[in-house]
Amino acid sequence: MAVEKQLEELEMVTVKFAGDSGDGIQITGDQFGNTTAIAGNDFSTFPDFPSEIRAPLGTTYGVSSYQIQFAAKDIFTPGDTPDVLVCFNPAALKVNMSTVNKGGIIVVNEDEFVPKNLKKAGFESDPLDPEDTTLQDFRVHKIPITTLTLKALEDMEEMGHQDKLRCKNFLALGVVSWLFQRPLEPIENFLSKKFGKKPLILEANTKALHAGYNMCDTMEIFPIMYKIPAAKLEPGTYRNINGALATSYGLLAAAEKIELPIVYCGYPITPASEVLHTLAALKQFDVAAIQTEDEIAAVTMALGAAYGGSLGITGSSGPGIALKIEAINLAVMTELPLIIFNFMRSGISTGMPTKTEQGDLAMALFGRPSDSHLIVLAPESASDCFWISIEAVRLATKYMTPVMVLSEGFLINASEPWKLPDISSIPKMDARFRTEPDGYLPYKRNKETLARDWVRVGTKGLEHTIGGLEKTNETGAITQDPENHDLMTRLRAEKVQKVQNDIPDVEVLGDKDAELLLLGWGSSIGSMRASAEVIAKSGRKVAIVNLRYLNPFPKNLEEVLRKYKKVAVVELNLGQLNMVIRSKFMIDTAFLGRVTGQPISVVEMVEFINNELDLLKEH
Amino acid sequence: MSTDTEAVKYKATDFKSSAEPRWCPGCEDYAILKAVQTAMAQIGRPSNEHAVVSGIGCSSRFPYYMGTYGFHTIHGRPLPVATGLKVSNPELAVWVVTGDGDGISIGGNHLMHALRRNTDMTILLFDNRIYGLTKGQYSPTSEKGKINKTAPYGTIEEPSDPLGLAVECGASFIAQISATYVKELVSVLVEAYNHKGTSFVHIYQNCYIYNNGAFDGFTERSIRDDNNIKVEHGKPLVFGEKSNKGLVMGYGKFDIVEFEPENIPDNVIIYDETDLTLVRMISDMKFPEFPVPMGVVKRVALPTFDDAVHEQIESAKTKFAPDLEKLVSSGDTWDVK
Repeated sequence: MAVEKQLEELEMVTVKFAGDSGDGIQITGDQFGNTTAIAGNDFSTFPDFPSEIRAPLGTTYGVSSYQIQFAAKDIFTPGDTPDVLVCFNPAALKVNMSTVNKGGIIVVNEDEFVPKNLKKAGFESDPLDPEDTTLQDFRVHKIPITTLTLKALEDMEEMGHQDKLRCKNFLALGVVSWLFQRPLEPIENFLSKKFGKKPLILEANTKALHAGYNMCDTMEIFPIMYKIPAAKLEPGTYRNINGALATSYGLLAAAEKIELPIVYCGYPITPASEVLHTLAALKQFDVAAIQTEDEIAAVTMALGAAYGGSLGITGSSGPGIALKIEAINLAVMTELPLIIFNFMRSGISTGMPTKTEQGDLAMALFGRPSDSHLIVLAPESASDCFWISIEAVRLATKYMTPVMVLSEGFLINASEPWKLPDISSIPKMDARFRTEPDGYLPYKRNKETLARDWVRVGTKGLEHTIGGLEKTNETGAITQDPENHDLMTRLRAEKVQKVQNDIPDVEVLGDKDAELLLLGWGSSIGSMRASAEVIAKSGRKVAIVNLRYLNPFPKNLEEVLRKYKKVAVVELNLGQLNMVIRSKFMIDTAFLGRVTGQPISVVEMVEFINNELDLLKEH
Repeated sequence: MSTDTEAVKYKATDFKSSAEPRWCPGCEDYAILKAVQTAMAQIGRPSNEHAVVSGIGCSSRFPYYMGTYGFHTIHGRPLPVATGLKVSNPELAVWVVTGDGDGISIGGNHLMHALRRNTDMTILLFDNRIYGLTKGQYSPTSEKGKINKTAPYGTIEEPSDPLGLAVECGASFIAQISATYVKELVSVLVEAYNHKGTSFVHIYQNCYIYNNGAFDGFTERSIRDDNNIKVEHGKPLVFGEKSNKGLVMGYGKFDIVEFEPENIPDNVIIYDETDLTLVRMISDMKFPEFPVPMGVVKRVALPTFDDAVHEQIESAKTKFAPDLEKLVSSGDTWDVK
């Protein structure tokens, strides 16, 4: 008989699943996110996993986690610190317990808390022991997840022991679904889709899921369950989207609007491969998604396609981007619309491949030999990856220049609710191919944009040769004339600067009449907005500007920055945007930069803002 | 693309650009340029349907002198650029001009993969066994012991063998010729163009300034017939000034036999360009023990990369309608009122 349970209503909650990288943590988190979406909450996720595919069992460095914040209101980050931590083993507890909010709930799989695993995780004593004080600040719920899973599946004799054990994440998902009164139906739908052809596995996982849920309903595991009412999102149809999908869909939308095929070339690299995987499965949209022999082949193949008159696109991350630099400069020199996605990860060198960073801004702006300029864009959320892809295609083809999109590892895997765009309302674009031979000169420029003509290779009467050698203005004939080189270098730079006339002004968020302005870029907007809310609640004021256009800057940026008594730059590096702002505008900025492989926490940013506000008060 | 090619007769000069070639006097690149233009005239497609992609090096200046589309790219990378171009514009005739440094050294990885990938394009590898544009350093094909700027005591590396490399990489069309064989060069180029797939043409090209006479041992007019062998499908493997020598099957390699001219013994091999054993044995012959093979060494029909890319796209379209609205709204959705 079900025990009467207390129901408490909460505005927002952060839940974290953690376990071995083979425990199915990411799939569990994804499914919880999905069911949360369907329950109508706003949410933001932060998948965090080691670069080892299956690290040795039970080790702290092999811990994979998935954090999700969901709320009855708009939220901007996946949450700093979890209210609920679900641990599949002692290592997961060891790594994550210090981040759990005081008074928070910790659910552990007590079956795994045996001396061998405790030792591997570095516990000197069993934290579940009633005498132990390690977990005294938390509400700990010990659930024998492994035993219960095996028990729930004991009548499935045709299934092996190991296969049964693999279902334990769905039992845990059932438990957490009960705790937050989430519907099970979306998870069941997912299971039927995924395991439709493997009825045994489908049945086992579904059973485990229900066992977890029903057990909580029947037994006194949790004295209380929580309800997070639906958020008041803008009306419309929504889906859950991550950055990899949004990037891919954005490219497809752009291709449809400009009526060009896509040639997307990549070499396997974390985390950029996700986009290559997605596009490789969407060939019906006129996509040639090519895995090349190396990073240089990927960028040069894309460039060959751009030369031919297709959308030539390549994507990579730090080490791969470094290899592409010479070819990117060829695209700058030949003025071809090459699009480069840089899914930034933690460097230097191989660094921390699965962790996030905004470390490549200086490289994007200055990291090529000579005075080489290109357009640099940065999406600010998973769903914004859709719009930034379209913008990259628009600007590259209109200005005949490479565009580098500084996307982030964090955005690739993070998901959020996305109001479905009305594809038909996205403006059409024109590739403006030249077909008229009369008066054609390969480097003659459009007066407004300074772009040269794009010619589809094969067009009659427009035969010409381009290349990396300096060429005479307009005619394109190779030359080493000193004045001509000076002119061409300036023209190439000026062309990119012209893009300022074609992009929106920056918008000030938060308290516009504050004295302190926070300036960030890319995904930093999440922590900035969440921090601004906290600051506003405390009665203080801070304004926010987030940049999606990093080269050129929006036209009104300088004017906006000068309105504030203090500008503070925040970014996930040691001061790259900060350096540019200071040198370009001669503004004395404050700076908050972190390179932990994770987004800046709201707590940390709030503290920083308060410090800056205190300093302003003193002066 | 034009369809009236049959009615139009082209001249080699139709494929010239207005730019004046800037190679050194005596450079055999001039001969190859003329041969490519002559071959294009014979092929009979208009200049706008050809694109010449090159890397970096003396030979890679080639596109500037062509009246076709051209792309002078970066060192070692013309092959992936050409592949991207062909995938984007499948109807183009794509030509790649590369050298021993560009194609085998800095761009060696791309060569290996281009040859197995089999995109429909023609690779002309100009081999002068030296770095000319950078003024005389040894190249991957330089013979061991060669004295040059970066090896004043002689090179200590074994040279790369372009023909063997192409065989090992599974190229579907392989030819070798010297720039001094003007007529044969043109016909090899036409054959290479006609082959559907990646055609690899290894061209011995003398550098008059930094490596003059590198190939005299088998190209000098008075001795060449005894030192190279014309390889032709369906014809006996016969060579010699008096056509008095032939290749017969030996123990894991060819043996050379001599005979009275016009009296070719039965055991002289009739060459088969599709027979991979013969292809390998021909490419294994080392000069001066054996003559240098000239002509089409291998030609087999294999599916091309560009066709396969587009076939997959077309096949996907028959299975899934390219409906973006539907794709974007796939999966679980929910309505907010």
